[in-house]
Amino acid sequence: MARRKTNPAKIATYAALILLGTIFILPFFWLLSTSFKPSSRIQQWPPDILPMQPVHARVAGRSVDVYRDKHGAELALIERLKGGMASVKPLSNTRATARTVKADDLTQVVKPGLEWSNYSRGLVFIPFFAELRNTLIIALSCVLGTILSCSLVAYGLCKIEWKGRNLLFIILLSTMMLPAQVTMIPVFTIFVKLHWVDTFLPLIVPSFLGSAFFIFLLRQFFMGIPRELSEAAKLDGCSEFAIYRRIVMPLSKPALATVGLFTFMGAWNDFLNPLIYLLDESKYTLSLGLAMFTGQYGNEYGMLMAVSAVFTLPIIVLFFFTQRTFIQGMTMSGIKG
Amino acid sequence: MKTKTKRSTTERQNLRNGLLFCSPAIIGLATFTLYPVLASLYYSFCNYPMLKPPVWVGLANYHTLFHDPVFYKSLSNTAYYAVLATPLGIITAFFMALLLNQKVKGMAIFRTMFFVPSIVPMVAGVVLWLWLLKSDNGLINIILGAMHLPTPGWMSDPLWSKPALILMSIWGVGGWMLIYLAGLQDVPIDLYEAAEIDGASPMQRMLHITIPFLSPHLFFTLIMGFIGAMGYFTQAFVMTSGKGGPVDSTRFFSLYLFQNAFMYWKMGYACAMAWILFILVLLFTLFLFKTSARFVHYGGER
Repeated sequence: MARRKTNPAKIATYAALILLGTIFILPFFWLLSTSFKPSSRIQQWPPDILPMQPVHARVAGRSVDVYRDKHGAELALIERLKGGMASVKPLSNTRATARTVKADDLTQVVKPGLEWSNYSRGLVFIPFFAELRNTLIIALSCVLGTILSCSLVAYGLCKIEWKGRNLLFIILLSTMMLPAQVTMIPVFTIFVKLHWVDTFLPLIVPSFLGSAFFIFLLRQFFMGIPRELSEAAKLDGCSEFAIYRRIVMPLSKPALATVGLFTFMGAWNDFLNPLIYLLDESKYTLSLGLAMFTGQYGNEYGMLMAVSAVFTLPIIVLFFFTQRTFIQGMTMSGIKG
Repeated sequence: MKTKTKRSTTERQNLRNGLLFCSPAIIGLATFTLYPVLASLYYSFCNYPMLKPPVWVGLANYHTLFHDPVFYKSLSNTAYYAVLATPLGIITAFFMALLLNQKVKGMAIFRTMFFVPSIVPMVAGVVLWLWLLKSDNGLINIILGAMHLPTPGWMSDPLWSKPALILMSIWGVGGWMLIYLAGLQDVPIDLYEAAEIDGASPMQRMLHITIPFLSPHLFFTLIMGFIGAMGYFTQAFVMTSGKGGPVDSTRFFSLYLFQNAFMYWKMGYACAMAWILFILVLLFTLFLFKTSARFVHYGGER
């Protein structure tokens, strides 16, 4: 009885999962599919589901596109004429004299095939590798800065007992409520005065000065490390810094990995700060470069999709290699205290 | 006497070490939070065209803002987005988490399918959706057309541009889904079993067990969603090349703030907007916290 009751529910669950899963994955499929289509087929109606390549034939020593007429006969397109007409020769007998037909009656003959030129052209156009280098310099520096500063501060907040640490912690937590827009303009004027605009410094230096959320995360983790460990080390004459470096940090690798991963993702994704601070095209990050490219060449969908795919790929790869850290981090950010 | 001096030496040492370890955060708070907050409050009362020093003008910026039709337009755009995108995102993510919690085979695959869109770099996601939402040959209108449904102009139609952005935001709710999923796995199974024995219908179990148990998670995402909506910027900027079109329909609050600051160089005006944003966020969060006590059930420990 119970079995028979659960079955329809299971089927409904699967149906819903498959339907929703398809909807969520479809945009990715379209991204990849478009990125491998030749530009002549991208705006095609009806659209090709999978990437298709036009079929060519050699007629009188030159390569021409092959079309099919209403009766299914394959024709070589010699040239397009005025008034929506086209000059064609039957493929079966290319020596025959050309005849004129309505271009609308013809459909292009295609075969499945991948067009790689979107990638090769897009990556040069952007220019992808220079922007990748810029993005990596910024993202990796931010990872280093955030891990270093946030772990030091978290240690100072939970492993050393000093007057005022609770106050500092409360102030830090309350800054998480502050919208970035409030501080954005004065921070910009600070960097203008330092002559740091159009350098990577405004994007990197703040990460060396702590970030409230990651300090909070690490402090929670450090609190789980038994006091006895650090107290024993202290009796042996270890300094606070030695305890931090030799005991607390090695024990906190999972938490540090989460902080590093999310900092990297944040820097890889960041658009607003590069938009404000980077002026020279040679300093653009991938986010900024792709957005600017879209503004200029908004109709080159093949190239845009190819570059978007390459921009997304490292994050997807990172996700598959660090799934556990990823999911833990996501859920940790949702469960307070 | 001796122990007392010893204790005060350790105390002094701890204070020194504590300040030393926390110095990055102390410096960071002072330069990137405390000073900027005060400065932006001051600038909001100034005429500050960036190239010239700020000049005190009193409440003039606020006065102009309250008579600026674009300001009101940007507020209503943001309210429209927040009121629809956040609840729809929560419902979708909650529904997906419920499905994934059904102990079906292949759960990891489906979880990945739902989650991966949320980690796509924002700009890449927007570029993809720009293509999906194209009115004549975008995938969405191709599918709608094939089903004989109306095919709106999306980003070229001021009526449909905000729904288009909301649709795009729902695609990225995988992070919230993971939060709910973690919460669902903490709900004690014996509660459901007891309820089933007592004859509770699936609907009753949902209303009286699942939703109360998840209410802290739902509440957290509600607040995050609203704060995120108030700061909604990148997607609208990239979609519309920084213009907020068509006809200002996607000129959201934070986009207009950015335009004032870095396109029109009206820094004082932008700071006044930032403070209004801050006050709105504060009031709203306070309101949610005050009213939530009745709906949000924390575990016994609290």
